[in-house]
Amino acid sequence: MSPTLIVARRELAGYFATPVAYVFIVIFLVLSGALTFTLGGFFARGQADLSPFFNFIPWLFLFLVPALTMRLWAEERRLGTIELLLTLPITQWQAVVGKFLAAWAFCAVALALTFPLWVTINLLGNPDNGVVLAGYAGCLMIAGSYLAIGAALSAATKNQVIAFVLAVAVCFVFAAAGSPIVTDFLSQRVPLMAEIARGLSLTERFNGFARGIIALRDIVYFASFILFFLFLNAVVLDHRKAD
Amino acid sequence: MPALIEIERLTRRFGAFTAVDDVSFNVAKGEVLGFLGPNGAGKSTTMKMLAGFVTPTFGTARIAGFDIATHPVEAKRAMGFLPEGAPTYPEMTVTDFLAFCGRIRGFSGRLLDEKLAIAMGQTQLEGVRLQPIETLSKGFKRRVGLAQALLHDPPVLVLDEPTDGLDPNQKHEVRDLIQRMAPDKAIIISTHILEEVAAVCTRAIIIARGKILADSPPAALIRPGQTLDQVFRELTLAPREAA
Repeated sequence: MSPTLIVARRELAGYFATPVAYVFIVIFLVLSGALTFTLGGFFARGQADLSPFFNFIPWLFLFLVPALTMRLWAEERRLGTIELLLTLPITQWQAVVGKFLAAWAFCAVALALTFPLWVTINLLGNPDNGVVLAGYAGCLMIAGSYLAIGAALSAATKNQVIAFVLAVAVCFVFAAAGSPIVTDFLSQRVPLMAEIARGLSLTERFNGFARGIIALRDIVYFASFILFFLFLNAVVLDHRKAD
Repeated sequence: MPALIEIERLTRRFGAFTAVDDVSFNVAKGEVLGFLGPNGAGKSTTMKMLAGFVTPTFGTARIAGFDIATHPVEAKRAMGFLPEGAPTYPEMTVTDFLAFCGRIRGFSGRLLDEKLAIAMGQTQLEGVRLQPIETLSKGFKRRVGLAQALLHDPPVLVLDEPTDGLDPNQKHEVRDLIQRMAPDKAIIISTHILEEVAAVCTRAIIIARGKILADSPPAALIRPGQTLDQVFRELTLAPREAA
């Protein structure tokens, strides 16, 4: 097994060895279910699809994912294990990617546990399961993007609260960039900025997935977004590991 | 044959403060070097630089011939490092934790089991192998850290206060262990217990304010009618009184 996967495996086991995993999953399932059925109007819409669920995911993850990432490096610092991890014969990049993969796999588990919703729509009607699958892929992309942002910020500060607040703020900027409020405001004043904002928006790309459209350029966008922040994470880590 | 540890003009500044100032020395196979100095003298920073955790401001070091700056992974592979305070992942059991370190170092299957058994035997951890590390006493935790450093039988051992927090019997056992391993390794231990230096070290370096003040066999440091304690006080306090 590669060192990256060994690190990821240890991390993932670590989530389930503490209450973090269970609290996160239960809260995520309760909130996503509640939002889908109340605000999302799951039944009132009369359509057997998961769009009421997918619509809330970027906003729900906005708060939950930074809660997961805030301890990623800060906890290693507090315990001093960062010194152990980074003096094992692995590169810093392997440590960064290993931690990210574990958190991502954990989000995938949480998403997979929303399967009763999928069962429900299949019992109620004949949904396009391809669209549902694309929607879930989009959720994973959003989770990965937020995780990469949160992990980089966790490496930048010792304080978990600061890491959390900053991560929520930065994720919000990328989530809200494509929303009508922002783009309308910008297009009236600086039309060029509106285009840039829409281009950078994570939700804009996610909506494509939620409608069942998996475009190559969206995948490339998410992949480069994640890689950019992981790279930033490695640079920040190298700079601040011993502070 | 070149020395297993070669340190060349190693320097580390934190802002205006110079923690380690132009330190050079070699440690050959068979030597046990006692690294002595008051708190804040630069012992831990020097060891962290050797282990590849703190990046030197200037100068470099080679571990078993591998430069820590250009070949960090190879250098780390040849070294066992016990960080200050022996950090470990508290939620893991002793076996899981050591298995993680072993896998990262490339062992698997039966070979991994053998390595774990040897390391746990050397550090008397068999009795607690399935206990979570957070439930262990300070002495056990320290020995888990030690086991992690010994696991892959490295040619170079860098141990930051290996006997801190151990009871007198455990201290005795760890010193015995170090002496048993000494003939085919290069070992650096930091300590401020002077009797330990006399007991296990073949050579002592006294460091204060980042500079080497003395480098000789422990016995040669002692002038007639003095104890090692007095020599230490004289060497490390002298410049402050002069100032």
